[in-house]
Amino acid sequence: MAELPATPLLDDLEKGPWPSFVTEIKNAALHKDSCKDLLGQLERSYREKIGHWKHGGIVGVLGYGGGVIGRYSDLPKEFPGIAHFHTLRINQPSGWFYTSKALRDICDLWEEHGSGLTNMHGSTGDIILLGTTTDELEPTFKALTDVGFDIGGSGSDVRTPSCCVGPARCEWACYDTLKVCYQLTMDYQDEIHRPMFPYKFKFKMSGCPNDCVASIARSDMSIIGTWRDDIQQDDAAVKEYADKGLNIQRDVVGNCPGQCMEWDGEKLTIDNDLCRRCMHCINAMPKALAPGKDRGATILLGSKAPIVEGALLSSVLIPFLKIDNEEDFKDLQALVEEIWEVWGEEGKNRERVGEFIQRVGMANFLEAIGLEPVAEMVAHPRENPYVFYNQGDDEEEDK
Amino acid sequence: MSEFTMEIDGVSLPLDEDGFLQEPDLWNEKVAQAFAAPEGIEGELTEEHWNVINYLREYYLKNQIAPMIRRLCKETGCNIKKIYELFPSGPAKGACKLAGLPKPTGCV
Repeated sequence: MAELPATPLLDDLEKGPWPSFVTEIKNAALHKDSCKDLLGQLERSYREKIGHWKHGGIVGVLGYGGGVIGRYSDLPKEFPGIAHFHTLRINQPSGWFYTSKALRDICDLWEEHGSGLTNMHGSTGDIILLGTTTDELEPTFKALTDVGFDIGGSGSDVRTPSCCVGPARCEWACYDTLKVCYQLTMDYQDEIHRPMFPYKFKFKMSGCPNDCVASIARSDMSIIGTWRDDIQQDDAAVKEYADKGLNIQRDVVGNCPGQCMEWDGEKLTIDNDLCRRCMHCINAMPKALAPGKDRGATILLGSKAPIVEGALLSSVLIPFLKIDNEEDFKDLQALVEEIWEVWGEEGKNRERVGEFIQRVGMANFLEAIGLEPVAEMVAHPRENPYVFYNQGDDEEEDK
Repeated sequence: MSEFTMEIDGVSLPLDEDGFLQEPDLWNEKVAQAFAAPEGIEGELTEEHWNVINYLREYYLKNQIAPMIRRLCKETGCNIKKIYELFPSGPAKGACKLAGLPKPTGCV
């Protein structure tokens, strides 16, 4: 095997104490020619400041319209090993729990059928297998299904649903994110594998407002755990934090966006009606405070990264929904399917549901999906985007 | 000249790297049939296949773009499952290719 190409620019990315993808590609390049060419092309891209992957590419496996992303080098003569270098998205398990055997199985089959390079995980949440040829797609698919994995979503379909670790490891989980993620994945297999929407549709499930999977920014439908009773509070434990040196006034009370708490040096008093469920105080004093006991989720809709229009965050569609049993889950699915129907019928090509709502107007959208507007349908807590409100109006009325 | 080609009746047809016809005008029914086997369709194309292919071609020639899939399903009366039964590699990679459309663009 020939030596690795000289890569002075990439080598810079190996400096420092953190892991480096360059080191990993170099390791892989010792026994894969494709990875050697990948290094060469990437170095050249850095030097020229030009990407050398062609745009687009339609490849796939039989029966599926999504999950495989065609990648072709635009320098196939110089870098024949990556003339085809397709990406596969693989449906990850809920919360990314694997046995070591499952990981070994994936690595082994990818060494055999592809470059051996993986990305655990992509920002969709999937396992990303980087780099194979068109001929290897069906054999890879077969090998994956033999060890119990399936391809995920890509293109204008339901993207592989993704969730935080939820109740499996976190006491703050307000609903079973893993279960909802699994159920959505299983129930929407057709929608995941056979694209027929105007554009992509992503679900992300976070168990609490810390939103560890950043669902509010990265999913068309963000399902974020919340509670509607009072924060659970252990006064003795709060005091213990103070005794151990936590500056509760400055670092907890002072940072509360709802300004809903007071600390008199002995006792913390929370006005729960004004709580914005931001999690700050709970994060600061996890042994003393916890989300309430009446737990469920807020359903938000519409976030996206900037492509056609600018970036959007999801805004509240359903302020509070219990998702504890089959019936609750059916309610959620009925809503989802209604949204798909309206957006699928009226949405333009490559228009995300958030952009669709902007175009037709929230009032029309709500009417079309048959949802009554309520005051809690807001973009930000304690703000109402539909009513202009001047400070001082209140005081006038009070007089 | 494209590096990928297909020969039909002595005419060399340029293809892109995914096997799509680069010049839709060079399409004919023999081209569609020749594309069928590599896209997982066994034997002769049926009337149901032609129904979809003809719709795609007409739409493309009129609008210079492939229709959205939902529309394809509605207008041909084939639901998405039926489309995949007819064209196992799907409406974009399979049906559009057989209909001689250039590669549909899309964001992944």
